[in-house]
Amino acid sequence: MKIAVLLKMVPDLVEELEVDASGKALDTEELKFKLNEFDDHALEEALLLTSEGDDVVAFALDGDGVEKLLFTALAKGASRGVKLTGTQSHGSGGQAAAFGAALSDGEFDLILTGVQSVDDREGQLGPLLAAHLGLPCISVVTGISLDAGVATVNKEYSGGVMAEFEVELPAVLGIQAARQPPRYAPVSKVRQIQQSATLEELVVDSAGPGAGSEVIAMAPPETGEGAKMLDNATALLEVLRAEGVA
Amino acid sequence: MKGVMVVCEHLSGEFTDITFEMLGLATSLDSGEVSGVTFGAMGGKSGELGAASNVILAGGGDDFNPETYAAAVKVAVEAHSPGLLLVGSTSMGMDLASPVAAALDLPLVAYCTGIEASGGGFACTSSLYGGKMGVSSQVNSPAVVMVLPGAFDTDAGRVAGSPTVSELTVQESGGKVRFSKLIEPDAGDVDITQSGVLVAVGRGIGSKDDIELAEELAELLEADLACSRPIVDAGWMEKSRQIGKSGFKVKPRVYIALGISGAPEHIEGMKESATIIAINCDENAPIFDIAHYGLAEDLFDVCEELIEELE
Amino acid sequence: MGEHRYQKYVEKENAVIEGIDVSGAWNRMWVPRELTEYDFTFLDKVTDLPGGESMGWCYQCAACIGVCPVDNVGSYGPRKLYRKLQTGLDLFNHSDLWLCTTCNNCLRVCPKEVDMMQIMPAVREQAILDGNIPGELQEMLQNVAEYGNPMGESARKRTRWLKKFDEPVRDLTKEPGEVDVLWYVSDYFSYHPRGIDAAKAIVRVFNRLGVDFGVLGRNERCDGDSQRLCGETGLFEELAEHNHALFEQNPHERLVVSDPHAYNAFKNEYPKLTGTEYNVQHYTQFLAEKIEQLTGMFTGEFPRKVTFHDPCYLGRHNGEYEAPRTLIEAVPGIEFVEMYRCKQQGYCCGGGGGGMWLDGLAADHTFERLSENRVREAVDVGAEVLAVCCPYEVSRFEDAVKSTDNDGKLEVLDIIEILDSCIGDEEST
Repeated sequence: MKIAVLLKMVPDLVEELEVDASGKALDTEELKFKLNEFDDHALEEALLLTSEGDDVVAFALDGDGVEKLLFTALAKGASRGVKLTGTQSHGSGGQAAAFGAALSDGEFDLILTGVQSVDDREGQLGPLLAAHLGLPCISVVTGISLDAGVATVNKEYSGGVMAEFEVELPAVLGIQAARQPPRYAPVSKVRQIQQSATLEELVVDSAGPGAGSEVIAMAPPETGEGAKMLDNATALLEVLRAEGVA
Repeated sequence: MKGVMVVCEHLSGEFTDITFEMLGLATSLDSGEVSGVTFGAMGGKSGELGAASNVILAGGGDDFNPETYAAAVKVAVEAHSPGLLLVGSTSMGMDLASPVAAALDLPLVAYCTGIEASGGGFACTSSLYGGKMGVSSQVNSPAVVMVLPGAFDTDAGRVAGSPTVSELTVQESGGKVRFSKLIEPDAGDVDITQSGVLVAVGRGIGSKDDIELAEELAELLEADLACSRPIVDAGWMEKSRQIGKSGFKVKPRVYIALGISGAPEHIEGMKESATIIAINCDENAPIFDIAHYGLAEDLFDVCEELIEELE
Repeated sequence: MGEHRYQKYVEKENAVIEGIDVSGAWNRMWVPRELTEYDFTFLDKVTDLPGGESMGWCYQCAACIGVCPVDNVGSYGPRKLYRKLQTGLDLFNHSDLWLCTTCNNCLRVCPKEVDMMQIMPAVREQAILDGNIPGELQEMLQNVAEYGNPMGESARKRTRWLKKFDEPVRDLTKEPGEVDVLWYVSDYFSYHPRGIDAAKAIVRVFNRLGVDFGVLGRNERCDGDSQRLCGETGLFEELAEHNHALFEQNPHERLVVSDPHAYNAFKNEYPKLTGTEYNVQHYTQFLAEKIEQLTGMFTGEFPRKVTFHDPCYLGRHNGEYEAPRTLIEAVPGIEFVEMYRCKQQGYCCGGGGGGMWLDGLAADHTFERLSENRVREAVDVGAEVLAVCCPYEVSRFEDAVKSTDNDGKLEVLDIIEILDSCIGDEEST
């Protein structure tokens, strides 16, 4: 069986986010990127679904930190790591076109990626990619089992309700959570892999969706009044007492 | 003006709140006729969709199926050519919006919290980066916009009436995705949607062990304990306690958020609480935008002080 | 008042019991005992690892059990681990692997030199490679790798404590150049509120003493010693490479650290990797050398009953028991009282060897937290203040003070905070 996992680097929300001089984009100077945590779950789920002889291939778009990202995926158990270079458009629409071009020859039974990311203004990668490839797609997946070319998946709705679907492979799944937390890749193993393994490179020139939507501004959300900030726990206690709770 | 089409989401035979939010929003846009698309047996409830002037029965089975529903919506859009298609930014919406937008080559904007007609198209504001940034887009019409639950008022869209009803013929297609069944959550020991006071813990609690502290506080306040998604994913609390997009929506009298940053997925689940109190050592955490009271201090210190005073 | 239960642990170099000389040294057996009918697979798996050999030398004398801090509140120690390995324990896949705090008390008394400080990292490293790692630890390691600190705070915020602090501090990233003292601040002093209190105290004392010092600013990363001990040698090496480069780029006469774990790393472990000997001192050693100048600067008193907790990594691991005491005893008005388990017999706070991030797991296997046990002892000797000089300890002991209901009875302070409180505002001449 062959599973493709699409990994994306996204801005790390631990850092302060600021808008740059143009007023339309994040200031990249103080920005740090890390693996989209849902993509990490997608990788974990792919590793758990496969066994000896199966292939988990990690794909990532070229950018800062992408080599380490792919080597870490290899250290966790992926069999191949592929870096996509070339000219591509930004945004989830552009990403879908790029990954779509890389996956167009249909060699994978299953394509997994994180359900969403913090910067996918143009829509979630999974469904956009599936549309490119003409494949079925289910998003917000938390449970997968495979049998004879069919994936049985649990799709989460709200209120704790889930729906079970059967999907014929090949298919794209947007992963909400793997069945266990993503495994740890020891630094020594990643360093060792960096020495011993090679990443593949694929040139993909693709254009995103047409210029139908354009960012015109970016700013921290208007908060209206926002919270009345209190000074200390005693002040908080007063509020609680006033609410009849304490 | 070409009109606004709303995908009327439903679950277990009832229209979900987002449907009414979008209908209310659609009417306020003043961009022409508002039409609603219903699926399966929900056509029988078009009387609830009075905010729309017409309802399109698109067939497609009583239970959500991304394949058939997306095909149906595509046909509806092709037939009626609305200037704007509104889809919920929900689990179901995610699997509908993109296939439709891609098939019809329409621009798509997600996580929309604000929208207005502008320059022949629409100006949308999306909540991105965990709620830390509002990103405004100018989008051409026709477009597909995914609307974030909780961003708009349901009351405006909850209008009874008799919209005109038309039926759509959709070819049978695909068959690659089959709905099997719904799985209801385990009862759990508490129904947090009925709680008057909730103490909710988020990632800031740090470890399973430390939840004890929140439990102590909850006990003293006679509150129920709840949590955000990461706590359930880590296996520290039961799913029956999860608040948020794929958890429960709660409206307690008092909601105390401990170490919760305030990502949109969580806000969705609790923003209608009467009094929201947030404690987070990051003074820039988005939760402070929607909280009524905030304390930018270490939650452990605050909890310990409160517990001491209350005992 | 009768004898305290910890007073009865007496250690003797020589002992003759009923005419039989059982003194330790000459009694050592250098030949392994005959053991039959045990499957050695699990023990061999440990002793086959480089670093794990000494586990096989144990001959079950139980001297270690008497001094193991975890056994005091549970059931643990090298002898017990050996016995369990002998009877089929897969240590690589068991919670017992993660309870040792590497406090060094066992090795100190072991006649066969069974060395947990080598065994634990070796077995832990393999366990992690096999995919067995406690969740709490995984998160901490990922934080250190990503952000250079175990809290997962932004690396850029490492110097946030310097903002709105009106004492001059030379940040070498902004004012490069030679400096007499390179002060390695450490994670907890940079990010934790109580650590920041102590960091500011160090700055004030250094400035009053006229010390020419600088800090590495945002570039400073975790020293890595605790990470090494919980099995992440790869991460340790990365951190050592990084910090070593910083030390080289910032010429200095001496390297002064706030943290005994950093002291241990720079003094004993970094040289193995980098081949460089660092002129490193713990801040208590650095200040003890200036005791006369310090004493001349005291304008206030500290009339409290104070006890001192010997940090494992300054004391037992590196033999420094006097410098902290020199400082404490010089404080005017102070009444210093020793705990029963002090100096070489000091009782571990539970933070070493990764323990700082394994409290959840430890709680499932001990009936009392090590830090709580220690706090009770401090109260038992009548102390009002528990003085410490390791950044892990303040938060551990303050939590323990609250959880043992001693809030208001025992205050926890870093030695530097006590010194700072007695020193006037003028720079000393």
